[in-house]
Amino acid sequence: MATLKDATAIAGIGQTAFARRLPESEKTLACRAILVALDDAGIAPSEVDGFASYTMEETDEVEVAKAIGAGDVTFFSKVGYGGGGSCATLGHLAAAVATGQASVGVAWRSRKRGSGPRPWKNTAVQLPTPAQWTRPYGLLRPADEIGMLARRYMHAYGATRDHLFNVALACRNRANQNPDAIMYDRPLTREMYMTSRWISEPLCLFDNCLETDGALACVIVSAKRARDCRQKPVYLHSVAQGLPAQHHGMVNYWNDDPLTGPAWTAARQLWKHADFGPDDIHVAQIYDAFTPLVPLSLEGYGFCGRGEGGAFTEGGALETGGRLPLNTGGGGLSEAYVHGFNLITEGVKQLRGTSTAQVPDAATCLVTAGEGVPTSAVLLRN
Amino acid sequence: MDVNDSLLLPVVDEDGAPFWEYAARGELRVQACASPACGELRFPPRPCCPHCGSFDSEWRAMSGRGRIWSYVIPHPPLLPAYAEQAPYNAVLVELVDAPRIRLAGNVVASADAPLNSVDPARLRIGAPVRAVFCPAGPRGAVTLVRWLLER
Ligand SMILES: [Zn+2]
Repeated sequence: MATLKDATAIAGIGQTAFARRLPESEKTLACRAILVALDDAGIAPSEVDGFASYTMEETDEVEVAKAIGAGDVTFFSKVGYGGGGSCATLGHLAAAVATGQASVGVAWRSRKRGSGPRPWKNTAVQLPTPAQWTRPYGLLRPADEIGMLARRYMHAYGATRDHLFNVALACRNRANQNPDAIMYDRPLTREMYMTSRWISEPLCLFDNCLETDGALACVIVSAKRARDCRQKPVYLHSVAQGLPAQHHGMVNYWNDDPLTGPAWTAARQLWKHADFGPDDIHVAQIYDAFTPLVPLSLEGYGFCGRGEGGAFTEGGALETGGRLPLNTGGGGLSEAYVHGFNLITEGVKQLRGTSTAQVPDAATCLVTAGEGVPTSAVLLRN
Repeated sequence: MDVNDSLLLPVVDEDGAPFWEYAARGELRVQACASPACGELRFPPRPCCPHCGSFDSEWRAMSGRGRIWSYVIPHPPLLPAYAEQAPYNAVLVELVDAPRIRLAGNVVASADAPLNSVDPARLRIGAPVRAVFCPAGPRGAVTLVRWLLER
């Protein structure tokens, strides 16, 4: 059977500055990040013939291709479900490159979330029909929707706010080491966390990701070609998407066990095609739009058993030197929230050995996309 | 203006319309497969049965009794109509008649009371509740299903 295992590699990464507010447009930021990534790889823009993005991306491949001076483009795709699509862009490009539909693929994310409009703030926006079952009751924001699962999870398995704090703290501590992170010089304490304002009880301010402007990009080529590029190749070892049976968007309330989210489905597929398992992962970049997504994902991806995700965070497990160093650039909680794409580039930095919170000899990294929504994940190796 | 006039209203689709029509009559009904060999309930509504593939459906009356499966207390920033009533509760109620059917809603002191009319300290997972019906929007355009705590 044909396999994508290690057939392609990430040859280049690029990013803009991250800030609450950047003056340039999303389109300009996208082009900047992509050109940096191509330069990182040492590949000319005219060689790009594949693009992949995910929904809620306002800059289309048509705009990007003509702006950067791409050649004839023979593959393009757009993955659904917002932050759940970040890693799937790499999977789509890997499949395209491995099967000869394209030779140089670019995935990117550009977002002005810090200064741009927020859908739930605009009353004029017509409600999508699935929202007829939740929004009239004041379940308006993703924080409200995930807070519902978080309270049930805490009730069912004895997870506590201290466990959620452990997640927020690990991300903040790593951001404090990363000069590019929005929270670079802003340490977090337990007292700050426990006394911060509520957003949607049981979630407080520090359980929520940042609102950020910025853009990032990745360049994917065949493994053979990557070995001749400027940077050490980071191989796409396994890729997976996950949309579980009877799933329903972020309000995953209507299947048999709403606490068993898309991570579980993606994980089964991811590990099935991998030469190693959760015990062999040296560092993880787990989608952290909200802190409770981390214990749920730790369970889904098999780092611990059902209900053990909270306890897993104890004893510094997510910190440098712990069992599973997490979100080593600071993640969505403390580096930048660019719909999870910074988790991918941080995974690449770890395997190149260039992270600001480098895990010694890191050779394997799990990167995940948004949990709660139909999701995706990749295993990177060097 | 009444607090219930400016809430977001459901944008009803073809599959969901019967739910709201029954609610306007004060009935809580859930879509069910009408195939005699199957009969499984399903929510949210959809064109066909995920268990047997039948396109025949009916709307089965529920007792209106449920238990709180989980809840959140949203605080601002929120849309204006909701910010006015915040912090309020939003709950997910598991129906006693059909434990896999869960409905989002609000626990209120009476059908048309504000979203913050019950002290959040009175809420707990597993608490029994029963459905009530509240007209909302201009001239009561839509009837929302809400919940009262049972003694
Ligand atoms: Zn059926």
